[in-house]
Amino acid sequence: MSMIQVVQAKLAAGEFSCRELTCAYLDAIGRDNGALNAYVRTTPDVALEAADRVDRKLARGEALLPLEGVPMTLKDNISTRGVETTCCSRMLQGYVPIYSAFVWEVLQKQGAVLLGKTNMDEFAMGSSSETSCFGGSLNPHDLSRVAGGSSGGAASAVAGNLAVYGLGSDTGGSIRQPASFCGVTGLKPSYGAVSRFGLVAYASSLDQIGPIAPSAGDCAAIYDVISEYDPMDSTCRGRREAALPRLEEGIRGMKIGMPEEYFSGVRPEVLSALESAGEVFRSLGAELVPFRLPALQYALPVYYILACAEAASNLGRYDGIRYGYRTAHYSGVHDMVCRTRTEGFGKEVQRRILLGNYVLSSGYYDAYYKKAQGLRGAIVKGFREAFEKCDIIMAPTVPMTAFPQNFTGADPVETYLTDICTVPVNIAGLPALSTPCGYDSGGLPIGMQLIGNTFCEASILTAAHQYEKAAGQHKATKWGVTL
Amino acid sequence: MSCEYELVAGLETHVELSTKTKIFCSCSTAFGGQPNSHCCPVCIGLPGTLPKLNRQVVRYAIRAGLALGCRISEISKMDRKNYVYPDLPKAYQISQFDKPLCRDGAVELSNGRTIRINRIHIEEDAGKLIHERGDTFVDYNRGGVPLIEIVTEPDFRSVSEVKEYVELLQLTMKYLGISDCRMEEGSLRCDVNLSVRPQGSETLGTRTEIKNMNSFTHIARAIEYEFSRQQELLAAGEPVIQETLRYDTTSGVTESMRSKEDAQDYRYFRDPDLVTIRVTPEEIEELRASLPELPAAKAIRFTAQYGLSGADSALLSRYPRCADYFEQAAAGLKKPRIAANFLLGQVFSRLGSEAAKEACVIPFDAAALHRLAALVEDGKINMGLAKSTLERMLDLGKGPEDLLSPADMEAVDDKKLEELCRAAIEADPRAAEGFLGGKEKALQALIGAVMRATRGRASAPAAEKQLRMLLKP
Repeated sequence: MSMIQVVQAKLAAGEFSCRELTCAYLDAIGRDNGALNAYVRTTPDVALEAADRVDRKLARGEALLPLEGVPMTLKDNISTRGVETTCCSRMLQGYVPIYSAFVWEVLQKQGAVLLGKTNMDEFAMGSSSETSCFGGSLNPHDLSRVAGGSSGGAASAVAGNLAVYGLGSDTGGSIRQPASFCGVTGLKPSYGAVSRFGLVAYASSLDQIGPIAPSAGDCAAIYDVISEYDPMDSTCRGRREAALPRLEEGIRGMKIGMPEEYFSGVRPEVLSALESAGEVFRSLGAELVPFRLPALQYALPVYYILACAEAASNLGRYDGIRYGYRTAHYSGVHDMVCRTRTEGFGKEVQRRILLGNYVLSSGYYDAYYKKAQGLRGAIVKGFREAFEKCDIIMAPTVPMTAFPQNFTGADPVETYLTDICTVPVNIAGLPALSTPCGYDSGGLPIGMQLIGNTFCEASILTAAHQYEKAAGQHKATKWGVTL
Repeated sequence: MSCEYELVAGLETHVELSTKTKIFCSCSTAFGGQPNSHCCPVCIGLPGTLPKLNRQVVRYAIRAGLALGCRISEISKMDRKNYVYPDLPKAYQISQFDKPLCRDGAVELSNGRTIRINRIHIEEDAGKLIHERGDTFVDYNRGGVPLIEIVTEPDFRSVSEVKEYVELLQLTMKYLGISDCRMEEGSLRCDVNLSVRPQGSETLGTRTEIKNMNSFTHIARAIEYEFSRQQELLAAGEPVIQETLRYDTTSGVTESMRSKEDAQDYRYFRDPDLVTIRVTPEEIEELRASLPELPAAKAIRFTAQYGLSGADSALLSRYPRCADYFEQAAAGLKKPRIAANFLLGQVFSRLGSEAAKEACVIPFDAAALHRLAALVEDGKINMGLAKSTLERMLDLGKGPEDLLSPADMEAVDDKKLEELCRAAIEADPRAAEGFLGGKEKALQALIGAVMRATRGRASAPAAEKQLRMLLKP
């Protein structure tokens, strides 16, 4: 049974009320968040109001909707009407949206219980959550390690049992990498499966909202709810098929591709965990198919060019005029905008804005942005050809396990390189998930990445679910709520 | 000055489309309103919002493109034009860069010259800064109102060509019903690119761009000023500097906004929030078929069909509602020109303002004008009576038959005229004798009597002829 099913069964059985459950989580957050820094804001009023509604419904003997009554979190870049949404940037301090993101509207209708907003790298730019203006989220498996990023708070909260699940966003690995570091399951849906309306944009052609949860089954249940067509997002088509009904289908005969490029430069412990996972898949009747996918070599530069270009444009609106942070002293509007942005944005965000404006500027556009767009096409084509040879692709999520604290601050380029396994699917718009497949000698989780063809979320969720059932690598942490 | 210079100008015209809602959200496009009352999270660019293209904008722009002889792109896209200004809440304007919706059109001017249209693209308008009480405020009501930008090649050679082109553009948009083109409300604004070169030269000189003018007078004065400024520079052997200018309407001079060196780098790139715009050949044909008759075609037809002068046809076609009114009135008349003269003369002078002519607020319907013209055409009333009747129709909003007695409209045939002439002679024998005695003038008194008796319906020459016959010695 997935965690969501367990919670809902206990609620239905009257083992505890939704209010009691919610209070237990809120208490645990009060107790443990000081150590994990997973939440930047809790929303007890919102949570308890929703919980009471669920309790009244249960009292009437009504059945619960798929996610109803389950305590959860939203990353701080998902707009919540009436609840401050800051992207963990000084720039958006005090910004309270007057509208809600589409996914939050959908979840509210589902009776979701929002515990709070989770920590993240500032504007989702980073791999450790340490660029957050609230400081980094820590890894529940080892507090000397980061939770990863950018959706580090969500992964830390789920691994630390401070929420059943969380929604994060993934632009270049921001769901999968922290899920990998924290030993939980995270799904980045196909581009266009989940509405981006209300997700504060980092890189619009790459961003996608998705779940971080204890298991593939949980992710499937959440995916099926949030992947609704939204006419307000022109790039959103909604899911092609529901994943939950297919989880028990099994993977006999499934061809699992293993592109060589993903496995070079990977730490030995990570490699051997993946090899064991491969064996598990083989024992479940799947076939492993090694091949080459040379276009992957362009993925990192392509990603950083496109993401920074879009970010530079998307973040232009933060000028201190209408909302958020404004510098205290200035003379004239130009000076105000300059000072506001200099003081409001952190270093990493400023770096990416500069990079983005550089690659788009006249004289450099052709050499960088245009070339990257061309190579994006090559990567899309490379994956399309790969999926003629296999049904899903297996790869590491990150070449290593969770970084020590302050590792990423040292050398930005070295940090960018750790995104090598996650960025290709964002470029190609494919669905991918990370699920734990072992632990290194220090007890840190290792993540396995499963990549599907466009809108084939059900295939990778089924494979992950079957793997978890056969060789589950979920390891409890000492934090949070024990059900 | 030994050298004669030629003006070379091109125009970029922004036209606000009159769709009900904005280009990327469902806010109203109505002009005015309380500041920031026609706004939503999308058009003020709140974090996380996404644009959704209003398809009506595409259809309106295609209509404009077809009317101006453009090719319509079956595939086009939206791009981001990045620049920072407080009236632009996203710090980028969503526009079209390298794949505009319409390309390669042309407009014929009355002097036979052709102005080539390079492109027409769609984009969003920005908000407005309001300087008040020593402070600056922003009103985003206009932000997100759909615009088309119509870009010509540098084909203008005189101010009058520019003026005619802008007037024609304005008229065409009104015919299409896609913009009200109210220049005073800024719904039609022009940027002018201008350079000069020696008469006969084929190469283009260095150009300047005068930004954002919204009145014919300003456009004309700015061009004239800038034309002479550049000529003087060249005559003095100084170079023209490529720069962007603002026309100061109070001082009447152009002043520099920015030079080429600090020209903005807009860092255009495709807007990833919007999908490819696809238009099917069927949709284009449907829109082409639904185009109304355009002003130039209407003027030509009016001359051919109703025998109007070129000037009258052109004048009527400037006011499509009046043109329709005229056509209704003219239907079935043998001499439609009579109806046209009534309309363009007395009725127009009574309408007075452009707005009244555009709205065609005439207090009686076209059928009433038709009946009045028919009475003249049939000889039932003469022109003098018709004109005075028309004045009263305009005063009272009544039809001619309400203002003329049956006797007024009785035709004066030859028999009746003979009777009337005999009666006149009988009534004034002295005049008859006087005439017979050689006093030509005495005849006038008799003619006058006949005219009075018919309240002017009789034809004076016919009466004279009849009287001469009767008085023949």
